[in-house]
Amino acid sequence: MNVSQKAASPAGMHKTADRQGTASDADRLQAAMHSFVTDFSRTVGLHLDACVRCGLCAQACHFYLATGDARYTPIHKLEPFRRAWQREASPFAPLVRALGLVKAPTLAELEQWQALIYDACTMCGRCTTACPMGIDIAELIRDARHGLYKAGLLPERLALMDRTARQWGSPATPPEDLPDILAEVAAEHGVAIPCDLPKADLLVTAAPAELGEHTQALADAAKVLNRVGMSWTLHRDGFDASNIGFNNGDLELQQRLTRALIDTALKIGAHTVLLPECGHAYGAARWEAARWYGGPPPVRVIHMTEFLDEQLTAGRIHVRPLGGTATFHDPCQIVRRGGLEAAARRVLAALGFELRELADHGVAGLCCGGGGGVVSNQRAAPLRHKVFTIKALQVQATGAERFVTSCGQCRITLEMGARHAGSALRPLSLLELVAGQLD
Amino acid sequence: MDLLDFARGPGLWISLLVFCAGSAWRLAALWRRPHERDHSPPREGVPGAATLAARAIVRGMWPRRRFGQAAAVVTANGYVMHVGLALVAFGYAPHVAFIRRLSGLHWPALPDAVMALAAAATIVSMLFALWLRLSDAVLRQISGADDHLSWALTLLPLLTGMAVAAEPSSALLAPGALHDRGALAVHLLSFELLLLWFPFGKLMHAFTFALSRGATGIRLGHRGVET
Repeated sequence: MNVSQKAASPAGMHKTADRQGTASDADRLQAAMHSFVTDFSRTVGLHLDACVRCGLCAQACHFYLATGDARYTPIHKLEPFRRAWQREASPFAPLVRALGLVKAPTLAELEQWQALIYDACTMCGRCTTACPMGIDIAELIRDARHGLYKAGLLPERLALMDRTARQWGSPATPPEDLPDILAEVAAEHGVAIPCDLPKADLLVTAAPAELGEHTQALADAAKVLNRVGMSWTLHRDGFDASNIGFNNGDLELQQRLTRALIDTALKIGAHTVLLPECGHAYGAARWEAARWYGGPPPVRVIHMTEFLDEQLTAGRIHVRPLGGTATFHDPCQIVRRGGLEAAARRVLAALGFELRELADHGVAGLCCGGGGGVVSNQRAAPLRHKVFTIKALQVQATGAERFVTSCGQCRITLEMGARHAGSALRPLSLLELVAGQLD
Repeated sequence: MDLLDFARGPGLWISLLVFCAGSAWRLAALWRRPHERDHSPPREGVPGAATLAARAIVRGMWPRRRFGQAAAVVTANGYVMHVGLALVAFGYAPHVAFIRRLSGLHWPALPDAVMALAAAATIVSMLFALWLRLSDAVLRQISGADDHLSWALTLLPLLTGMAVAAEPSSALLAPGALHDRGALAVHLLSFELLLLWFPFGKLMHAFTFALSRGATGIRLGHRGVET
């Protein structure tokens, strides 16, 4: 998977689809189909068989709402995957094949769908909540991504991050640089940040951006953690929680990255892995770690929002109320697919904000447009910027003085959208607000 | 044996057999697919899987307000069609008599006027659904042969039934009152076509909707998501 190519794509989406590796077309197609069939579980089959083609999922998709383009209908993004199901594994598959009732997916179609699956889907799951049949389209897209990854059909930017993470355990930095980065952040912000402690209660992890442009988040986390009275550390054996494998469909990498966190926690005797303000980190580690251990993971895994809520509720940290009005962007993987809707609101209340909810909030909140790796996928930027306009209008309509979120990736996506649109909108981090108001 | 004898005899039993065996096969085949249990620790305080599934099945009965007018219209039309179909299928006196002959089960029939209204509303809602499917860019793109065939085979028994139901049901049920054996045969055969197609296409959502909603309810409810 170390050679990248551009392949001509049929008319429709992008002028070219990215390819990795040198496998033949036949081998790529076979790899994708094999992966699809492996993923055709009972639940996947039930979902694919329950669709009545009502089209209501389109009304939930920010890419459709922002463009009006029917190609962005969520269930349509699964068309090759659905056809593979019908031909290869559905209850009447032999009949379907014998009578030629459903056309087999071709490599050209998979290349054409690459843009729909990676550029135009954030796996935010809003379509899942809109589907009257309860089809978890977001989860099916993840399964479809497994197949495209196996076929070497990732957008090149995501493939590059995949290769880097396979080598370093992080798309941001090699592990040996972590102590220096943390030392620099500690010196810059005047806060102690332990690294590689042999024993600690808490293994603290980071998102890639926090190790580069957004080091403030690391310093803020350190300020809060140093007040709590627990021993904690970051550790070069498992420090990046973002899990690019989860987004790309690279299951092997997903497992390796998750295991690095949990196994490191075990090694240093930590009872908890603290995840950063990152949505997909929460999906990969909190809800999927059990897949790799065959049972509940041996340590607790919590998100920064949960941690702040717990510490405030227990009275281990106190904040000076800021007051004024605020609105909150619900990160999809943390709220709609993570169940932490109330926790962030309790933290906002502790900060003394009058919360003015967005027109779409909580489980029905609109995605920032950058989840599922879309924020890193540069070629998707024009589409992402269109999505931003919906969110910007909703934020403006609240009249709130502050715009807060609890996911660094959402924040970066929204910042980029604001910059592109020349908007003054400035998303704030929940952690940043708490750290700034510690009493 | 004329056409009605065939429709009442071998035609009916063959179609019922295909319906039952096909539906059972499809459900069993789905159930036999590999299943990975979710071993992640559940969010504190969430109820058991059965409750989560039941909640999701009930919650799925109406759309969320934020999904716009289109969702409300499609849902309302769907309700008219499904309720109308159920009333006609299980409330019309000759149908109640038919089910009683087949199974021994029976219940009071609804008045003919209610049936006429239900049938008319169902036909209008089905025509509206077809218009949406053909005119809306999203629906045009995702629709296939299954959608059109299922629509046609659902409408057909309604239309052929209208031809038989020209007389009051009391007259139709009177001993020796059957005047048009051909029309009744066509009606029965159209219903049998529906039964024959049922296990193979989207009509199976009558069974799979609850399982699909339940699966998502369990997955997300386990995480503490208010589905």
